[in-house]
Amino acid sequence: MIKIRNIHKSYTNGQNNLHVLKGIDLDIEAGEMISIMGPSGSGKSTLLNIFGILDNYDDGEYFLDGSRILHLNERKAALLRNRMLGFVFQSFNLISFKNAMENVALPLYYQKINRRKRNKIALEYLDKLGLKEWAHHLPSELSGGQKRRVAIARALITQPKVILADEPTGALDSVTSQEMMDLLTEINQTGITMIIVTHELDIARHTQKTIRIIDGTIQEIVKNEAGSQKPEGRSQVRSTKYVAASNVQQKKYEKVA
Amino acid sequence: MFDLDRWQEIYHVLKSNKLRTFLTAFGVFWGIFMLVIMLGSGNGLENAVSRNFADMTTNSVFIWTQQTTVPYKGFPRGRRFNYDNDDATALRNAIPEIKYLAPRIRGGDFFSTNNVIHGLKSGSFSIMGEYPEFFLIDPLNITDGRLINDLDIEEKRKVVVIGTRVKDLLFEKDEEALGEYIQIQGVYFKVVGICKSKRTGEQAEQENQNIFMPFTTLQKTYNYGNRVGFFAITSQDGIPVSVVEEKAIEVLKQRHGVAPSDDRAIGHFNLEQEFRKFQGLFTGIRVLVWIVGIGTLIAGIIGVSNIMLVVVKERTKEIGIQRAIGATPVKVISQIITEAIVLTTFAGYFGLVIGVGLLELVNYAMESSGADADMFYQPGVDFRVAMIALTILVCSGALAGFVPARRAVAVKPIDALRYEQ
Repeated sequence: MIKIRNIHKSYTNGQNNLHVLKGIDLDIEAGEMISIMGPSGSGKSTLLNIFGILDNYDDGEYFLDGSRILHLNERKAALLRNRMLGFVFQSFNLISFKNAMENVALPLYYQKINRRKRNKIALEYLDKLGLKEWAHHLPSELSGGQKRRVAIARALITQPKVILADEPTGALDSVTSQEMMDLLTEINQTGITMIIVTHELDIARHTQKTIRIIDGTIQEIVKNEAGSQKPEGRSQVRSTKYVAASNVQQKKYEKVA
Repeated sequence: MFDLDRWQEIYHVLKSNKLRTFLTAFGVFWGIFMLVIMLGSGNGLENAVSRNFADMTTNSVFIWTQQTTVPYKGFPRGRRFNYDNDDATALRNAIPEIKYLAPRIRGGDFFSTNNVIHGLKSGSFSIMGEYPEFFLIDPLNITDGRLINDLDIEEKRKVVVIGTRVKDLLFEKDEEALGEYIQIQGVYFKVVGICKSKRTGEQAEQENQNIFMPFTTLQKTYNYGNRVGFFAITSQDGIPVSVVEEKAIEVLKQRHGVAPSDDRAIGHFNLEQEFRKFQGLFTGIRVLVWIVGIGTLIAGIIGVSNIMLVVVKERTKEIGIQRAIGATPVKVISQIITEAIVLTTFAGYFGLVIGVGLLELVNYAMESSGADADMFYQPGVDFRVAMIALTILVCSGALAGFVPARRAVAVKPIDALRYEQ
């Protein structure tokens, strides 16, 4: 799904040239769930941004689903982000004046799907994440966990191939974090490739592989026991599998909501 | 594409800082308001002046006699001469460009004494001998009866058309004037029509004191022989009257032994030139109004552009999010431009409505109070101008949004996402 070869990236800030990524090679298979770990400034976020076509790279090669990502114009990049990728940002990044449903529906707005239809789909997704009753609330009226689930719903709604999550459990208590990881795992089991950036070992253990980045290079790639069992039926049609999975999810979240 | 989300976003942006939005909108409002007021006032001036031209055919020229200033063919300078009926025929034959030719004659020197009598009342009025053509050159409103016609000319009928002022002075308030006889210089004439000037103010008052009778009647009754006082001539449509003017003067000079170099022997007044001058003046005023108006408008538009820049800056992160989840640059640009257009159009529309409303109010006040200002009449802007103003607004709104919109997509999405206020 994602293949990068010898990726280099440096930031120039006045006189200082900061070499953030120093030749990264990585293959991520379709349906894999991996975590990227590393200390602050190690380049893990930069790598995620390059995966997300939010940032460009200076040198090397990046293939997303077999096609090379190089010198894309903004329009193509936006279309790719919209169709292929789902983002779960560290700080939720919900639009403050749109309610939960409209936030979730936003990517479909950019696909020019009409309002009625996209809001219906958005409601379905919110329902799966146990947030149906909160659909018409503004982000400011939601708790941290709820906001994060809205953000996940927004990432899921375009049925992307890859979900990129930056510190998805940051600022959540351990119980909520656990639930969040269960949720992400279930999503992954529907066949969506999941890339999580985190600095918590507990979280990383939930994934199949952990990639440790230190100082711009890959230090080691660890296969995790807990997350390593391959989800079955990965090749099945994604949506049906996901609906089945999310039914369980909904029950789980009814308690919380 | 009409989509509620787009308008929701616009609404949110404009609402999030109401005072700022209001002040920005006010700039545009003021621009278009001033433009409308100035255009309307300009129109008011123009209407007033063109009302003084009334329906007068503007391609007309008047030609009368003066004293010669150059000796010629044995005649000394300072000679007086008169036109006659043959001149009219000669002019018509010599100049095919003439459309209407109306010989006119003013009846005697009646200003000092009361020359017109009806019953016990009398008054001093100008007596004009006219051909029917003259009323095509300088039309009058007939309030009652009829104008002078060809039969009157042919049969030299003793009929007159009197101005409203004449009627007021010679007749009782509720007395019927039509069919009555009035005595002019000892001769009785039947009143067949009452007319009213189409002009305003002093000019109208003077015209309403006129008494018109058939040209031939006046010539015969008061012993003018075949003398003609002066000519009113119009040119064929599409031909400048100055062409006719020049030719007519040449013909008349030849017929009356006036030196070709004598410019002062024949008096002439070209209404077209006069009209052109006014037209030039009003074109000038209009150009000035548009320049000033658009200048004011531009100031407002720059305000909008400025505010949109601030808005874009404030929303950098939000725009970053939108782009991260798939908003294309075109989408972002069109969103911001729409915002600018909405802001300018709304504000401008209010300016337009209030400006037009104020003009209408002034108009209404002037009409209902009966103030008959010579220099201001029916101010207002026509629909076409309003549409042009609106188009300018929308275009300039788009322009105002363009720079900020470019700014918004010039930032890399990742930088926009990282942006903290």
